[in-house]
This record gives sequence, C-alpha cells and structure tokens, in this order.
Amino acid sequence: MRQIEFERRFGDQWTTLENWIEAHGGNKQIKDRPPASVIPWLYRNVCHQLALARERRYSPLLVDRLHQLVLRGHHVLYAAPAPGRDGFRAFLMGGFAREVRTQWRVVALASILFFGPLLTLFAAIQVWPDFASVVIGPQDLAEMQEMYSPDNERLGQRPASTNTEMFAYYVWNNTRIGFQTFAGGILYGIGTLFFLLFNGIYIGAILGHLHQVGLGPQIWSFVASHSALELLAIAISGAAGFKLAGALISPGLRSRKLALVEEGRIAFRLIGGAALMFFAAAIVEGFFSPLIIDPRQIKYGVGIAMWVILLAYFGFAGRARGA
Amino acid sequence: MLSPLDTAHRVATPEGVELNLRVAGPVPRALAWLIDFGWRLAALLVLAFATSVMGEVGTAVFLLTWFALEWLVPAVFESRTRGATPGKRALGLMVVRDDGAPCTLGPALTRNLLRFADFLPLFYFGGLVAMLSNRQFKRLGDFVAGTLVVYADPATVARHIPPLEPKRPPISLKPDEARTVLDFAERAAALGPARATELALIATPLLRDHDPPTQQLTQYANYLVGHASD
Repeated sequence: MRQIEFERRFGDQWTTLENWIEAHGGNKQIKDRPPASVIPWLYRNVCHQLALARERRYSPLLVDRLHQLVLRGHHVLYAAPAPGRDGFRAFLMGGFAREVRTQWRVVALASILFFGPLLTLFAAIQVWPDFASVVIGPQDLAEMQEMYSPDNERLGQRPASTNTEMFAYYVWNNTRIGFQTFAGGILYGIGTLFFLLFNGIYIGAILGHLHQVGLGPQIWSFVASHSALELLAIAISGAAGFKLAGALISPGLRSRKLALVEEGRIAFRLIGGAALMFFAAAIVEGFFSPLIIDPRQIKYGVGIAMWVILLAYFGFAGRARGA
Repeated sequence: MLSPLDTAHRVATPEGVELNLRVAGPVPRALAWLIDFGWRLAALLVLAFATSVMGEVGTAVFLLTWFALEWLVPAVFESRTRGATPGKRALGLMVVRDDGAPCTLGPALTRNLLRFADFLPLFYFGGLVAMLSNRQFKRLGDFVAGTLVVYADPATVARHIPPLEPKRPPISLKPDEARTVLDFAERAAALGPARATELALIATPLLRDHDPPTQQLTQYANYLVGHASD
C-alpha cells in the first residue's frame, strides 16, 4: 500500500484519537469527542499502524506523527491513578508500622548508631563535665543554658520567640535533617552514618551538659513530650538511608540499578512516615513542650505515654490483616 | 532512524511497538533548574517582604513556605499532567518513569528528596558526574526513583512534501533509499535553496535531466508516496 492510500484509509482514526487526547488534556474547543470505550481499540489500531508505517519505510514525518500520537496515548492510558485517601489511611493505620517491622534490621542498625552515641555522650558528661565543651562550643552551651533558665516563662525558647514561629522552625529544620539523613544513604551509607552519629553526639552532649549543670527539671520537662516522635523519626530516616546503601552494597541477585529502584520504594515509605512523625513532633514541640506545667511529673507522664504508644504502634499496628 | 549517537531511550509497550524517548542532557536540565531556582527565590523574597510586617506569624508562614517550596512543590508539579516544574516546562522537558509512563507523586518526591545528595559536594557536582556516567543522564535521584527526564512533545512542525508532478525514479530504490528521498523532500523547504541543491546533488544516479536537482527529488518523492505517475 502506498503512503497516500494508507493516510487516506486511516487518517480519520488518527484525528479522532488526537482529538480525544486533546479533549482529555483539557482542551475545551474540541466538541466532537468519541466515547471513552472505543479509545483502547483505537489506540491499539494506531500502534499497529505505527509498526506498519515503520516497517514500510513511510516518510519520517508520518512515522513521527504516529509515534507522537502513540506516545501521548500511552501517557493517558497508562497513567497511574492518583493515590486515594484510603491508601494514605491504610498506611497510617498499620502499613507504616508493618514496614518498620519488616525492615527491623536497618531500623535496629540506625537506632544503635543514633541512640548509642547519644547515651554514651550523656553518661560521659555526667562523669567528666568538661567533655561537653569539647563537643560543643562554650558559646553555644551558654546560649542553651539561657534557653532553659528557670526564670523563663516558656521552656526551650529564646524569650523573644513565639510558639507558632518555633513550630515552623522545627518543621523547616528537623524534617530537613531527616531528609538529609535519608538522602545521604545513596553515598554508600556514609551520609546517613554521618548524620546519625553527628546528631546522636550533639543531642547527647546538650542533654548531658544541661542535666549536669542542674537544669534537669527544665530540660526534661521540655524534651519529654516530643522526644519519642522526634528521636524515633531520626532513627527511621536513618533506616531509610541504609535501605539505599544496602541496595548499592549488596544488591543480591539484582543489578544495582534495579535494586536501587526496588529498595527505594521501601525507603520512600519509611522516610514518608518519618516526615509525618517530624511534623507531629513539631506541633508538640512548638505548642505543648514549652508550657510550664505544675507539677512537672504530668509532662514526664505525657512523655512516657508517647513512648509507650509509639512503641506499641510499631510493635502491633497492622498485624490483624494477615501480616 | 536512530543512530547510536542519539540520546534515545527505547521502551517496548504492551501493544508491541517501541517508543523512543529523547532523554535530556545536563545543559537543558541545568537551565531548567536555574529557572526554577529563580522563581522560587523570587517567591521567597516577595514573601519575606510581605510577611515582615506580620510579626511572628509572618516568620512562621515564611519558614513553612520555604520548606514546601524546597521539598514538596517541585514534586507536585512533576506528578501533574504535564510532568514538569515550570522551569522544565519552559525548556520543553518532562519527567517520566523508566517505562515511559507518567511520573506519580511517590517517585517525584523520591527524586526531589535525593536532590540533596546530588548537590554534594558542591553545587550539584555529584549529580553532574552521575548524569555524565550513564546513557540516560540519570542523576542519583533518578536512579532511586526510576525516572527519566525527557523532551516532551516536540512542537509539530507543519511540513509536507511540496506537490509537484510525480515522476518515477529512473532506478528502483531500496526501502531505506526511498525513505531518504522522502525525508529530503519534506525538509528541503526548510534548508535554503543552496544547501538543498548541495544535498540533492549527492543523489547523482537519480538525477537525469536538466531540471533543478531539488525539484527532481521532490517529484520522485511525490511518486513514492503514491501519487499516480502519468
């Protein structure tokens, strides 16, 4: 069949499909729109015609037009449906916890690398108080001391700051640290390792120092309520990073490229959950943690309750559905 | 059709045809990034002025917007219909998944979070090295998300073979030769007469009479697409 005849015979189908795709993309000017039910049939026809046009060496312009049409059709027909609200709810209600349990190895690794230095530094400073100024500059230490001074109206803030402002700052800063901990995993885990150790050491040194100079009541009643959310979120971000590192270091029977994509999907679920935890932590840290509540033990109770709830969530949520 | 030099990525579809995606290289992508960086910076500057009079609530709005603009907004753009941030759109690029399907929110967020690693050690040097070391110009984020940055619809150029009286070529042409003649006839008008003649003269065995070479090849093309010869 000569090209002209080919164009004459199938041209109408091409225009119809072109119009439908245009209308689907939001072009309001197209009135004549075929029913959606014929589109898969039409699309398969055009695919066939593209193959024919290539095989018969029709002119490049025609082949390009058909290729373009197939490409656009492919985009419309194979677009994944938008993730529904149900999927998100299922993730919150148990999917996230299940993912964390399944990935317990990397979660444990990240937790050891984060909580280990934290506790070590805290203990070390109780024995050798001067050690704090080795890790953190004396100026920063003085500033910290000021933030937690017993004379403050609110805990953990400079007197000029407000709750809303601090909330936004925590979202901006803490979530970013989580994202960096995750992204650093692609460098064979070195970035993740660095951020986990660094934050563990830093947080441990500050807590250790403030406790050691006698600001214990202030610092603990500030930190208690949001500690579970925030610290676990950092550990899970690290776990997400180590998933990427694992894909590079030991991809198993897959190519590294494929392993990265597959492990990346799991890592994304972990970091997504961690990001939600950072956000929740920022709300608590911004609006509840700074309050001075008498007696302090109430806040300690809230803190302990948060740890129990979160650990129970990660331990048991989402087990019912045949996990 | 595609030479080994082309930066094409081939995808086989379930319908049994091959799609050729044209992968975008570092330069257009850097320019697209620059445009995106520009509008984000401008938006933040405007916001900084606007919120400076609002006091502490203003600071909060500013920080939250900054956070969203850096980590979330580009991903939302890339998972919409056009699959592109404004910068990518301006350069005619879009993000697709490795199988040619449109990018969804998950991969879009993944590649956007990984931008931090691509930035290292300084100013996207890591990302550039990664892009130059693979055929698909993937940066680290593209590897993890399984995405590609490709050229979106090339503007369809209204070109056609100028209608002239069809003439049968003096010798019978192989399919690829015929295709070359068609390709030439479609592009001749865009080339400029001198260059067109120069190219047409390469096809010496086809040129028989004293008509201008471009005209002769165009006549053959008219014959080849199926206009009846007299």
